[in-house]
Amino acid sequence: MSGAPDNLDAFASIGALARGLRAGTYSSRELTRYFLDRIRRHDGDLNSFITVTEARALAQADAADARLQAGDATALTGIPIAHKDLFCTDGVTTTCGSRMLEQFVAPYDATVVARLNDAGAVMLGKTNMDEFAMGSSNENSYFGAVGNPWDLARVPGGSSGGSAAAVAAGLAPVATGTDTGGSIRQPAAFCGIAGIKPTYGRISRYGMVAFASSLDQAGVFGHAVADLALMLRHMSGFDPRDSTSSDQQDAWLAAIGESALAAPARPPVIGLPREYFDGLRVGGGALDAARQVLAAAGCQFRDISLPHSSMAIPAYYIIAGAEASTNLSRYDGVRFGHRCANPENLEDLYRRSRSEGFGVEVKRRILTGTYALSVGYFDAYYVKAQQLRRLIQNDFLTAFADVDLILTPTAPDVAFPRGDLTDDPIAMYQQDIFTVPASLAGLPALSLPCGFHAGLPLGLQLIGPHFGERALLETGALYQRDTDWHQRHPEGFAA
Amino acid sequence: MPAIDIAHLCRLAQLALDPDETRAVEGDLARIISMVDQMQAVDTAGVAPLAHPLDGVQRLRPDEITETIDRAHYQASAPAVENGMYLVPRVVE
Repeated sequence: MSGAPDNLDAFASIGALARGLRAGTYSSRELTRYFLDRIRRHDGDLNSFITVTEARALAQADAADARLQAGDATALTGIPIAHKDLFCTDGVTTTCGSRMLEQFVAPYDATVVARLNDAGAVMLGKTNMDEFAMGSSNENSYFGAVGNPWDLARVPGGSSGGSAAAVAAGLAPVATGTDTGGSIRQPAAFCGIAGIKPTYGRISRYGMVAFASSLDQAGVFGHAVADLALMLRHMSGFDPRDSTSSDQQDAWLAAIGESALAAPARPPVIGLPREYFDGLRVGGGALDAARQVLAAAGCQFRDISLPHSSMAIPAYYIIAGAEASTNLSRYDGVRFGHRCANPENLEDLYRRSRSEGFGVEVKRRILTGTYALSVGYFDAYYVKAQQLRRLIQNDFLTAFADVDLILTPTAPDVAFPRGDLTDDPIAMYQQDIFTVPASLAGLPALSLPCGFHAGLPLGLQLIGPHFGERALLETGALYQRDTDWHQRHPEGFAA
Repeated sequence: MPAIDIAHLCRLAQLALDPDETRAVEGDLARIISMVDQMQAVDTAGVAPLAHPLDGVQRLRPDEITETIDRAHYQASAPAVENGMYLVPRVVE
């Protein structure tokens, strides 16, 4: 058994856990053992981890305990976390959910991993995900599907489904993720937890296995918005090793510590885009209730329009496919990754290594991108999609002249049963309908639990202007102050 | 809708599909392309393409050596190496 004190809470905020560490109520080793024990007992059902790094975690915990003793701790020192298995970790496999990288051990740490290591966080392991982050259900993993802690027969969302399920089930207090078209926000909504995708460029992409480079952005899952803020503070910042890293510096972000987020200096004016609410089948009542909570806290609401919203999915699947087909050309069986047996010649080596290493959804996206980039179709598809991307971004910029934030549903439905959409890629792609527009525009967006439908969690999405994370997080914290949806946890994972 | 030449796309992408996969992907791709063809309904004449969400440009740095390569460490994940070189099937007879 864990040997941990009885008073540990798997769903506590990391702020509360940090206070416990500092007060000496428990050590980081005890806290780490507690979560490793929970993973051992519960993850057989969930499959949320691809790799559990027990020995390394305990060594990191001991180092953290020494730092705590020496008074050299940050607010994250000794806190157990999990990383999506897309962040490179020196000495630990980084599979990206693919057979292609099943044996791949990166020769360096991703900047996100290095920064969280430096802060003293303890890595419990690497979480399951859709192969190369392509998917909305976590059913595309070479390492098997992930269960939704609220109903194991349903999907946790994707592509960061393992991280979302692990946090929702209390197997890790927080976990990193990445979001290209909704891969943090949609699983956060499906699993009843909070998740933030920051502004494009806010967090370094160095050491993140690339999917679509103009869209990929790291972020984080947790229960309390304050925990997301604390993680963001340690993950963010300029990195010379990422050519699209932003040099944005924010005093408010650097100042975030263990204390709760401040209330917004002025309650925001929030826009409600009609394109996201018209025809909404599920969750309309929960969103109305959320609006009333925020209105009672002083927020004002305005109806707005984002007229090019319906073009986001088509434009996204061209742009992301084109960038994926380019990025994934590096997997050739020569320098790293899967290599086929007994290749006859170089072409055979390339072709069979790639065909054996990639799963069906990855092949579909590579071929879609190859089609869009091929001679004769480039202007009609790729350039057209980039022009629509401009119009979609302009819609947001126009809206943000009148409102501070935008409120929408995170996903069109609650978590769906496993296998329901696997044969219908178009229906699967439509799952991202409310998350893709902010991705194309590079905007920060936060998903928060806001209620239930048929016993399954619902999420609301707040979208902010570029580098507007402060208003997002403060408004999110205001919402959590006056609601308790983030304190509801799935049955079966209490003990 | 334009015809999709799967064999040509597979050549370009260095993928080999068996006949069952080819049939499935052909159907999927036709539906995906027909979905993305909705884009053609919007007039985008004169709209500047957006390649980077913050309209960023490639940052330059001084051309200086900032790190050295540890070849053995980098090649530890390679499928086949010999004397520091990646092994591939014979290319030139």
